[in-house]
Amino acid sequence: MSAKKTEATTEAPPEDLTREQLLGMYRRMRLIRAFEDKAKERFEAGEIAGFLHLSQGQEAVPVGVCWALGPRDYITSTHRGHGDVIAKGCEVKRMFAELYGRATGYCKGKGGSMHIADFSQGIIGATGIVSGSLPTSVGIGMGIKQRGGDEVVVCFFGDGATAEGGFHEALNLASLWQVPVVFVCQNNLYGLSQPWEKTAYKCDLVARVGTYHIPGECVDGMDVIAVHRAARKAVERARRGGGPGFIEAKTYRFLGHYVGDPALYMPAEEREAWRKRDAIVKLRGQLLAWGYLTEAEDEAMGAEVAAEIEAGVEYAKASPLAAPETALDELYVHFDYLGNPR
Amino acid sequence: MAVREITYREALKEAMREEMLRDETIFLIGEDIADPHGGSYKVTAGLSTEFGLDRVIQTPISEQGFIGTAVGAALMGRRPVAEILYIDFCTMAMDQIVNQAAKIRYMSGGQAKVPLVIRTQGGMGRSSAAQHAQSLEAWFVHTPGLLVAMPSTPYDAKGLLKTAIRLDDPVIFIEHKLLYNTKGPVPEEEYTIPFGVADVKREGRDCTVVATSRTVLMALEAAEALEREGISVEVVDPRTLFPLDVETIVGSVKKTSRLVVVHEAVERCGFGAEVVAQVAEKAYGYVDAPIVRVCAPSVPAPFARQMEDYVMVDAKKIADRVRQLVRGEI
Ligand SMILES: Cc1ncc(C[n+]2csc(CCOP(=O)(O)OP(=O)(O)O)c2C)c(N)n1
Repeated sequence: MSAKKTEATTEAPPEDLTREQLLGMYRRMRLIRAFEDKAKERFEAGEIAGFLHLSQGQEAVPVGVCWALGPRDYITSTHRGHGDVIAKGCEVKRMFAELYGRATGYCKGKGGSMHIADFSQGIIGATGIVSGSLPTSVGIGMGIKQRGGDEVVVCFFGDGATAEGGFHEALNLASLWQVPVVFVCQNNLYGLSQPWEKTAYKCDLVARVGTYHIPGECVDGMDVIAVHRAARKAVERARRGGGPGFIEAKTYRFLGHYVGDPALYMPAEEREAWRKRDAIVKLRGQLLAWGYLTEAEDEAMGAEVAAEIEAGVEYAKASPLAAPETALDELYVHFDYLGNPR
Repeated sequence: MAVREITYREALKEAMREEMLRDETIFLIGEDIADPHGGSYKVTAGLSTEFGLDRVIQTPISEQGFIGTAVGAALMGRRPVAEILYIDFCTMAMDQIVNQAAKIRYMSGGQAKVPLVIRTQGGMGRSSAAQHAQSLEAWFVHTPGLLVAMPSTPYDAKGLLKTAIRLDDPVIFIEHKLLYNTKGPVPEEEYTIPFGVADVKREGRDCTVVATSRTVLMALEAAEALEREGISVEVVDPRTLFPLDVETIVGSVKKTSRLVVVHEAVERCGFGAEVVAQVAEKAYGYVDAPIVRVCAPSVPAPFARQMEDYVMVDAKKIADRVRQLVRGEI
């Protein structure tokens, strides 16, 4: 399915999505954007340590995909994972707490931005190793199958990961064992400074994945409805025992690789063109046109999101710092880090 | 000799540039190393503009693939200098490094050589968390067939990298993420530093501190503080972990009769264990006090600043241990 064709179907109010669902997606996309804007601001103010890889511009992908998942389904994510985990259900206050190194953070201050996880919600978490989560996702699918469950795991990764051996091994195994994994490539056109088209020879990812007999679809990642429909199809198929699926969502990161990257390698005209295609702006326009949202409601929602973000930061700052010596905890279940039994 | 102060980063770049001018079989290969990005740590900035994209080869994110490519090219008589962005990502290329690069010469009965340098970067101190802050040097020291260098100063960085490039064996060249901006004197004239020669960074009488990479700077800071308390510390920087200059280390311990080994890597089975074992074998009877290691506890690097500080080696932790040792409190 071409991106163009998918877009055309969204011009009338979609019949397969309710107003509530669409408003829910819209709000979640705004929450992700607001979370990252605030995280960037606080990082630049020196309050947050480490690396911050932001995903402004990509929000439609995780939200569209996660709206096809239930609470028992799983996701894995990457170094650019804030959007993925918020889309699946992470609370911004505990995420801020993590970024601030607080004991109340999702990973008690041990993980930070790149590794936020909430196993209670099927958020297996993020790896800082490009392609690291692909083989693991196959195993999650295998585990689901062995348990006789009907859950599905979505594995998010970037285009950069598709050059790694782990990508190819994971696809082969997923296909061989017909596990319920949906691989979602958030193709934001760059891996660090490298434009996507310079990292693979004449690559058509859907065709490439097709050689593993994994059904794939390329969608416009700036159209949350298109993303959602593709995801729903793949997730339903996987849930029915139809094996793995693949989605390539063409999207863009509006900013550099990490906060502080001047991104000299991204042409200004290209950035401008993609900014004009902002998925949040697009959905907003649609919701207004369909009479699903008024300007006043939109503003109220904006204020509500902003308040949630502010409250999140306050929660984080008011939380106790993770005690330094807890760095030695939780390495093993049965032993401490010196090997003494617990 | 004309000497100026330049950064560790500039020293590394100069080494590569000079060697590339000297020998056209040398090429660089790695992720993002070409301009305008010039490498994530900007070590290769400008080199692709000067030498072209055939000699500064930008790769997809595929460590196994491009390290393997470098190994193969080395077998063809080329001299690749590969960059793996973080030492943590060497794991992706471990087969090519450990099973291929390190073994080919030996397995083939000496038919081949692998003149390959893998530059990479490790260490804590930037809240990079568990997958971007490891110190994995011991893995490579443990692998017969590899040489391992860990420069602590701009001078050493340049001289050792030039040597690494000229050697015909595979070298794991480990830089430190927090050293790139440090400055130090580097001669303008050509020089190289042989592998297997430790540098006594500071002379002292009461205790030998063997330290690697950035912990050398911490050890020097500790030594200065202790000097004011009347404790005289000798700081030995092996510079190459293999080949290891055991003689200089043992000589120093025989002089001071006390040994503290420092590194950022976790203590368990770390490089320090090898130093301790060598000293135990070769200077037994000269050592007057327990041998002590100052390393990270054996946990992954935590994210939060306060937790990272807690596990990371620093000058104070070194000074405290040396003081206790010299005062007979351990
Ligand atoms: C194995 C490995 N190699 C290199 C890196 C350094 N690195 C971090 S993010 C990144 C780019 C990833 O690009 P992509 O997969 O397209 O994801 P994006 O950053 O665009 O979201 C690289 C090379 C890494 N984290 N892991």
